[in-house]
Amino acid sequence: MLLKLLFRNAFRHKLRTFLTICGICVAILAFGLLRTVISAWYAGVDASSATRLVTRNSISLIFPLPISYKEKIRNVDGVKLVAAGSWFGAYYINEKNFFANFTVESKNYLDLYPEFVIPPDQKSSYLRERKGCVVGEKLAKRFGWKLGDTVVLKGTIYPGNWEFVVKAIYKGSHKNIDESQFFFHWEYLNETVKKFVPRRADQVGFYMIGVRSPDIAATTARAIDKMFKNSYAETLTETEKAFQMSFVSLTQTILTVIELVTMVVIVIIMVVVANTMAMSVRERMNEYAVLKTLGFGGFYITGLILGESLLITSLGGLMGIIVTFPAADAFVGAVGDFFPIFNISKETIYLDIIASIIVGIVAAVFPIKQAVTVPIASGLGRIG
Amino acid sequence: MAPIIEIKNLTKSYRRGNQSIMVLENLTLDINENDFLALMGPSGSGKSTLLNLIAGLDKPDSGSIIIQGIDISLLAETELAKWRADNVGFIFQFYNLIPVLTAFENVELPLILTRLSKKERKEHVHTALKLVGLEDRMDHYPGQLSGGQQQRVAIARAVVTDPAILVADEPTGDLDRVSAQEVLNLMENLSNSIGKTIVMVTHDPRAAKKAGSIMYLDKGILADAPQTSFQECV
Repeated sequence: MLLKLLFRNAFRHKLRTFLTICGICVAILAFGLLRTVISAWYAGVDASSATRLVTRNSISLIFPLPISYKEKIRNVDGVKLVAAGSWFGAYYINEKNFFANFTVESKNYLDLYPEFVIPPDQKSSYLRERKGCVVGEKLAKRFGWKLGDTVVLKGTIYPGNWEFVVKAIYKGSHKNIDESQFFFHWEYLNETVKKFVPRRADQVGFYMIGVRSPDIAATTARAIDKMFKNSYAETLTETEKAFQMSFVSLTQTILTVIELVTMVVIVIIMVVVANTMAMSVRERMNEYAVLKTLGFGGFYITGLILGESLLITSLGGLMGIIVTFPAADAFVGAVGDFFPIFNISKETIYLDIIASIIVGIVAAVFPIKQAVTVPIASGLGRIG
Repeated sequence: MAPIIEIKNLTKSYRRGNQSIMVLENLTLDINENDFLALMGPSGSGKSTLLNLIAGLDKPDSGSIIIQGIDISLLAETELAKWRADNVGFIFQFYNLIPVLTAFENVELPLILTRLSKKERKEHVHTALKLVGLEDRMDHYPGQLSGGQQQRVAIARAVVTDPAILVADEPTGDLDRVSAQEVLNLMENLSNSIGKTIVMVTHDPRAAKKAGSIMYLDKGILADAPQTSFQECV
């Protein structure tokens, strides 16, 4: 019966309740999308492995390292695998078709990234083909590439038209793996560069290093950097996570602003719901006084008001969560491939639910206090 | 007959800003079991305050209100709420039904706090609604009932728990003459046939005439009935 009363109270002013639910829905939608944007920003960091190190030139990533460092690094205690690589920075047809493309020492690089799942026949076909490339499934879908297709990229760092044959298409082992990358053999690049710009040959942008265990990552990194101390190209070695974080930290202020906005959205909707609940309770103060007259104590009054508030915020939250999924798809469509990974995580859904509950509870606090503490005679509006 | 309500040296004042306004002053009064008492007096005389105190809706500054041997002025809020649920039925001027509950659900409301099963509650509600002649309107919402019918539902709600005392604050104040008469007849019947003790605040001399006894309050103390206007009206 009291549950019935709670439900009927919640929908007594249908328009007001509907608008409040819509408000919560929009707030939760905004909250969910912004949280997902933040997660997308950190996707590279989250996908990092604790057993991978990155060595680059200590001055800046744009300064190269000699390929001769590879064997020296390989011999450092704790190092299992080393793969040289460089950012290639080319685009497909025109500059709008931008995506991440790297030239790597393919065999070792793919061994370092077991999360790039490639069928064995495609992998061996790629490793055999000098002009072969591996593309992510999402990227292949984007441009309609199929196995065996010839793809021409326009180089920016290495100018000219570069021809590749799609030999393998990788999938991520889990949904947070970026499936929009492009890899090809460093040897192909180096041979071509040797031919046309010999002074740029035998240089790499970074070394990706696999270590035996995460525990020795720090000591191994220090050992590598120590080895190249006072050389003409000093190195900076860090974990893959720290390396990825260095990119995120460049936009840290934007992320902080987005995080602040998510909080502001929740606070605004909290005030809106609190106002709705305060209005409802004020209008029904007489009824709560009647209930108290009949013997219903503070526990019941609290339950009725809190339940109503939670019902409204839960419905709004549920609607918000449901619309977040199509909204996220539309968002990704609108921003293109700016966010290669844009998945609404379980954590975001949990945060949505928690935010809805917190809004429901906080919004009900003041009205509950009012209804519970008002003297019955005042509530009934008759003293004389 | 033994008094069911014994009020001794009751004092109650309210604060308005820095001022203390004395509403009831050293009031002593006994109300017997099965009495149908009408409390009359001008506005601000303290009759509603006295009713609130008898019903356990408010607490006195001093004095005692002993009802069936229990001094309710000494009870804590939670004890008082339980005592009210068990012992007092309320009838308000403006009915005070919950608009989103049907007549049946409004009458059932006080029974939620009892240990009765759903089936037993249903039986009690049917009996109470039958008593007020509204068994056929149990599925109607208050907004679908006339003022008189709403007040009869409120009376059913007041008696459904079978309380010893009924308190009524201007029960006919918002009703037309015919409906008011029906409600008064019903209350008279509750007093005479079922033996309820009823304390009713009213300005209406016709309502007071239905009561077995009348007490007149003026400026917080019991007074003699005014000889002219009041007696003429009665």
